[in-house]
Amino acid sequence: MPLLWIIVIVVLLGAGGFVLGRQRAIASAGGDARILHSLPNYYGTNVMILAIVPALMVMAVWMVIQPLMIETRVTGMIPEAAIEAAGNRGLVMSDVRRVADGLDTAIAAGALTADEVRDLSTADTDVRARLGEVGVALGSEVSAEVLAAAQSYRALKRTGGLLMTGVVLVLAVLGLAYGSIRTNREFRARNAVEASILAILMLASTIAILTTVGIVLSMLFETFNFFELYPWREFFFGLEWRPSFEGGSDLGLIPLLWGTLYVSFIALLVSVPIGLFAAIYMAEYAGKRMRAVAKPLIEILAGIPTIVYGLFALITVGPLLRDYFAEPLGLGSSSSSVMTAGVVMGIMLIPFVSSLSDDIINAVPQSLRDGSYGLGATQSETVRQVILPAALPGIVGAILLAASRAIGETMIVVLGAGAAAALSLNPFEAMTTVTVKIVGQLTGDTDFSSPEALVAFALGLTLFVITLGLNVLALYIVRKYREQYE
Amino acid sequence: MTDATASQPPVRSLFAEDARTRRRNRAEARFRAYGFAAVVIGILALIMLLISILSNGLSSFRQTYVTFPVDLAEARLDPQGNRNPEEMAAVTTFGYLPVMAMAFIEHVEALGIEHDLSPQEMAAMISGEAPAQLRAMVLENPSLVGQTVTLEMLVNGRIDGYFKGRVTMASAERDNNVTPGQLVLAQALADAGAMETRFNWSFVTAPDASGQRPEAAGLGVAIIGSFYMMLVVLALALPIGVAASIYLEEFAPKNRLTDIIEVNISNLAAVPSIVFGILGLAIFINFAGLPQSAPIVGGLVLTLMTLPTIIIATRASLRAVPPSIREAALGVGASKMQSVFHHVLPLAAPGILTGTIIGLAQALGETAPLLLIGMVAFVREYPAAPLDGLFDPASALPVQVYNWTQRSDPAFVERASGAIIVLLVFLVFMNALAILLRRRFERRW
Repeated sequence: MPLLWIIVIVVLLGAGGFVLGRQRAIASAGGDARILHSLPNYYGTNVMILAIVPALMVMAVWMVIQPLMIETRVTGMIPEAAIEAAGNRGLVMSDVRRVADGLDTAIAAGALTADEVRDLSTADTDVRARLGEVGVALGSEVSAEVLAAAQSYRALKRTGGLLMTGVVLVLAVLGLAYGSIRTNREFRARNAVEASILAILMLASTIAILTTVGIVLSMLFETFNFFELYPWREFFFGLEWRPSFEGGSDLGLIPLLWGTLYVSFIALLVSVPIGLFAAIYMAEYAGKRMRAVAKPLIEILAGIPTIVYGLFALITVGPLLRDYFAEPLGLGSSSSSVMTAGVVMGIMLIPFVSSLSDDIINAVPQSLRDGSYGLGATQSETVRQVILPAALPGIVGAILLAASRAIGETMIVVLGAGAAAALSLNPFEAMTTVTVKIVGQLTGDTDFSSPEALVAFALGLTLFVITLGLNVLALYIVRKYREQYE
Repeated sequence: MTDATASQPPVRSLFAEDARTRRRNRAEARFRAYGFAAVVIGILALIMLLISILSNGLSSFRQTYVTFPVDLAEARLDPQGNRNPEEMAAVTTFGYLPVMAMAFIEHVEALGIEHDLSPQEMAAMISGEAPAQLRAMVLENPSLVGQTVTLEMLVNGRIDGYFKGRVTMASAERDNNVTPGQLVLAQALADAGAMETRFNWSFVTAPDASGQRPEAAGLGVAIIGSFYMMLVVLALALPIGVAASIYLEEFAPKNRLTDIIEVNISNLAAVPSIVFGILGLAIFINFAGLPQSAPIVGGLVLTLMTLPTIIIATRASLRAVPPSIREAALGVGASKMQSVFHHVLPLAAPGILTGTIIGLAQALGETAPLLLIGMVAFVREYPAAPLDGLFDPASALPVQVYNWTQRSDPAFVERASGAIIVLLVFLVFMNALAILLRRRFERRW
């Protein structure tokens, strides 16, 4: 039975449960709702929750576990020889899955009947040709083992699906029955319902943790696979980045890290002075009207997607820098360069630095300013000698946050910095970054057993660790600073 | 330094600036100018960015079309003569090409325009997409066969570029894809009224086209894909985000677990977006086996990215509801849960909505994670209606921009900028809606 139908039936059962529970509660009170412990709707909701939630939860768990179990069962059927011939287990399994899906398609298209599929054998049928007729393209001939595995894969999947439908529907009915039996006027329905809602709320708030765990686990797992294929020392200390899909690649992190840090450095060189001065001007000098106009305008920069900045770098800033700086100075003739990406990323970070610094400058108590003015300092002297030193930790935090942004930024560097890994000091040379290479190694058709694809996960983990470290440090500094003046 | 100089009383008026005051005042003015300059640079950068995108992209909303009559001869298009679309489908696009080219050449002759182009060169002036469009039109309406219809067809991207100023006679000399003769003929046709550049809806509605046919490339599939992803994000991130915020703000006890969750959320908000792409690739595609380049996967990844934004905004607006509301509800006998769901949440709703819209706007412009989950694929088929359509391959607006920047024909730069204009229009609309909601419904306590 299709998934949607199971869900619809369960929900309908739940709706029925709501009506039933409500009616039973009112009946048990002899039609006088005031005698009930809770409002009648709570009794209905309680039955509904009991009917729907356990059933759907079992279904979700089942759907995660069933493929894993089928996978292990079916993999056991394939002889070692077949696995060695194909290269690895994953490839054979994906063949099996493709054949099984193909057989499903063939049945759906009416080219084969279910019985024919069960009795199919490679001896008397050309499976690949038969499937080709219904538009299922298979890469290679179907071997007897793969066909047998695919057939049992289908059979297991079918049995599993039937079993799941049965279990889920029975659970829903049981939940409904249990709920309605419990319903009487003494029953504390509201407390029961509220406990379930609280559980749902708690579950929702753990998603954040689950996401982090998911990020770390997914990358750790593949990174370990990568380090089995490629020595970690050469990854962390290698000075060459030369991936080749025929094997024998050099996958050194250093040139990518250098490019990343160089671009980020230029971006900070652009954004920190501009952002900081803009924040100072807004906080200390600008009149109300100027603030009302300029602040939102600068903040628009923060709302523009990074792909827009990337295109800006590609079609405007890159050629501009090349024609007016790089070529006259004899520093290079590439329009994508560290400078291009850095300058554009700097523009992107201006509102980030300025709004963070603005908050921090505004958090400096007025009494410090008044004291300084009272001693005869000018406004700029107050800013330089009183406000900035007082706000310094916060500003450092803001800069660290901006740096973490710059290091993790992808689209601007993909379109602006180039794709060639280089260890060079020339800012007008094309260089590449960690993020560019993650995109490069994982885009398109990738073979997840080769070090050239798996390296992206190691790069991702490195990136995650660096940005996380910067963020934690920055948040710590900012929080510490806030406490100082609260 | 002797006592004599120190004891000499300075004779000066308070109104006359001395050197030191002048220096300090100058420093003050300089400092102020730096600040002003920083603000101006920021605004200038914004203006430059917008001008660059608009000047490159606005022309993609206009396209050059050529109008000419085509005799849809039965002998070529429907050899059996049954007007049966299934039989007629046997005639491929290559069968329509000569029909179209002949009609075009005859029309040029009929207009009496002199030229020295070969038939191939003339046929190349029409877009490679045009025969396919004609075929689709005929198959949809077989009764057209045997008639002479007047068609409006796209012209080749280079000819189109000539009318938009991107291609000149000088650049055509060096270009293998266009000759100056073709441009002269195009100009003559335009003077005769057979060729015109006009507003082009198909840029917004048509699917992507191959790298040789920039003139036909459109955003239809990308807009639908982005829309589906936003649906998924809205359907998942809003309830989960609100539920999580309610728990953390109203119910959570102060303990280690709550602390961990809070730190986690603030860290997730700062994780580089590409890391979410890796997560999506590893978990949703490789582990859970969801299809590549499907809006559902993109939606899930963007949901995880948007959640922290929504949670932070929701918590702020829950916090803004004064405690007296909660206490009043509890005072008349509501349970804690009732006070939150019946009173606090409705009052916080405008703030939550605003935060959600801003989160959605962020998600709409996000590109990097989508590259990793296969949204870069070349997709020409419109996805089906939801829910099935969520699993069909689709593109997304920002990814389409990236795709077009990777193609060699310079006409795609115009297309990419045009796509960004569409994207920015959506973003402006969403942000304006958020601001409007805030203005209209926000309550100050």
